Amino acid sequence: MKDYIRKIWLGIYTVLIGMGITFKHLFAKKVTNQYPDRWHPIDENFIGRRSFYKGDEKRGDIPPNSRNRIFLDIDLCNGCMGCVRACPVNCITVETLKVVPGDNVQPLKDGSKRGLWVTKYDIDFAKCCFCSLCVDPCPTNAIMMTPEFEYSSYDRKDLVYRFSDMTEEEIKEKKQLLEKFQAEKKKEAAAKKAAQPKQDVTKETKGEVEKGDE
Amino acid sequence: MEHNFIYNLINNEVIAIIAISLLPLIFVLIYALIAILGELKIASFVQERLGPMRTGPWGIIQPVAEVVKLIQKEDITPSAADKKLFNMAPYIMFIGAYAAFAVIPFSSAFVPANINVGLFFLFAVGAFAIIGIVMGGWASNNKYSLLGAMRSASQIISYEIPAGIALLTIAALAGTLNLQELIEAQSGWFWNWFLFGGDGSVWKIFVLPFTFSLFLIFLVSSLAETNRTPFDIPEGESEIVAGYHTEYSGIKFAMFFFAEYANMFVISALITILFLGGWNSPFGEFLGGPIWGVFWFIIKAFFFVFVQIWLRWTLPRLRVDQLMYMSWKVLVPFSFLCFFAISLWAMLK
Repeated sequence: MKDYIRKIWLGIYTVLIGMGITFKHLFAKKVTNQYPDRWHPIDENFIGRRSFYKGDEKRGDIPPNSRNRIFLDIDLCNGCMGCVRACPVNCITVETLKVVPGDNVQPLKDGSKRGLWVTKYDIDFAKCCFCSLCVDPCPTNAIMMTPEFEYSSYDRKDLVYRFSDMTEEEIKEKKQLLEKFQAEKKKEAAAKKAAQPKQDVTKETKGEVEKGDE
Repeated sequence: MEHNFIYNLINNEVIAIIAISLLPLIFVLIYALIAILGELKIASFVQERLGPMRTGPWGIIQPVAEVVKLIQKEDITPSAADKKLFNMAPYIMFIGAYAAFAVIPFSSAFVPANINVGLFFLFAVGAFAIIGIVMGGWASNNKYSLLGAMRSASQIISYEIPAGIALLTIAALAGTLNLQELIEAQSGWFWNWFLFGGDGSVWKIFVLPFTFSLFLIFLVSSLAETNRTPFDIPEGESEIVAGYHTEYSGIKFAMFFFAEYANMFVISALITILFLGGWNSPFGEFLGGPIWGVFWFIIKAFFFVFVQIWLRWTLPRLRVDQLMYMSWKVLVPFSFLCFFAISLWAMLK
């Protein structure tokens, strides 16, 4: 009988305790962060670190060494195609044009001579697997991983990022220049050939192979 | 028809009856939307979340969106189901919940039907819910539905006894089954409520513990009758999917949903009428009268709706044996004790 009464008392008493706890939580500060409207601050120390190219320092951050969207500094890229060859999923497409000698060309950002125009540098982030293998072969540290991860879009085409800053006219101009240069070179070679008809056969073929490489 | 102002306003009897019967329906629909939002918001506030925030300002249009979603959904009837019963069950359940509104006095000037057996009618109509549940569970031709329906039947039958005795005790104390008279018997300050022993001299201090425990008994057993947590074993998700409404979808599920919320209000209203003085102001004549009566009644009833939601997010579900223990070994003997004590008091008074 005593146990029975105790059980009833405990039943009522513990329910009241539980209701008290839930009532307190009813008015407690809510932990929800309205994410797209407000950024979720993860750590005060990270604030601003990811903003090295965005300049947005008010938002919080995720670890700075996290691998997310790739950023390419086109002023540093020399078009060596190292990243293209390293990419396991073939998400990087690069097209280059040779720089014609005598063209007034700005050197790369690190001061080295520009040998190729990067007319096209596309990364398809729908394909990218964020493995960071493209970063290691880069000789000029132009390509790097950033902690930026909010770039979802409604169209898959919007995920193809075009990093090349050359305009259509510039590309056309450079192409014409190169063609002109190559045609001149060819003419020169032909003139040379005509001037020296008694040439070694092997040497002549070798010269043509070199031309094909260009 | 002194208790119905609409009769006095409208001369045509047919229009008056239609207006009177539509008024509770409109109330139920609006109330259900508020209660759904309240459930969502209180659930998330207890868990320190914000709840729905995107539909309208602070998510207040969320219940509308949910009802529209339910209505749009495909109305599936399983091929092995008993089609007639399957389609009837949700509507019968809703009719039961809605019929109870016929006798609920919202104010001293408005009660749809001021019948002399209001309390009895409310209790009888409340049992419609179990017909709907058993019907739906059986007709679904599904193991889980049938299990849920059987659990619900045993639960409601068990808990109807303490609830019935509680009603009986209040009827003995007030000497009437008419809900308006029951409320009038509790007029005056809040210590005249039946929760505090009803109208009487200082000696009612002896009956106060009994009326108070009767209130607890009725609160618990009415919670169990509406299948709300912690007594929601008929729809225990972790055990039997969704119980009796496993096979329901679309508008029929919405009907079950509405019926549950309407039942929540009905039992809250019943607790208000029986123990908290219905539409009476707690402060005597202060803020009294028929218009303030509506306010007091709805405030008190909504408080108990809130208590039900609050309890839902506090307590876990009971086991079946615990449920039966509580009903037969705790509530029934104590309700008998209260019945004898309060009847004795009513005789001596």
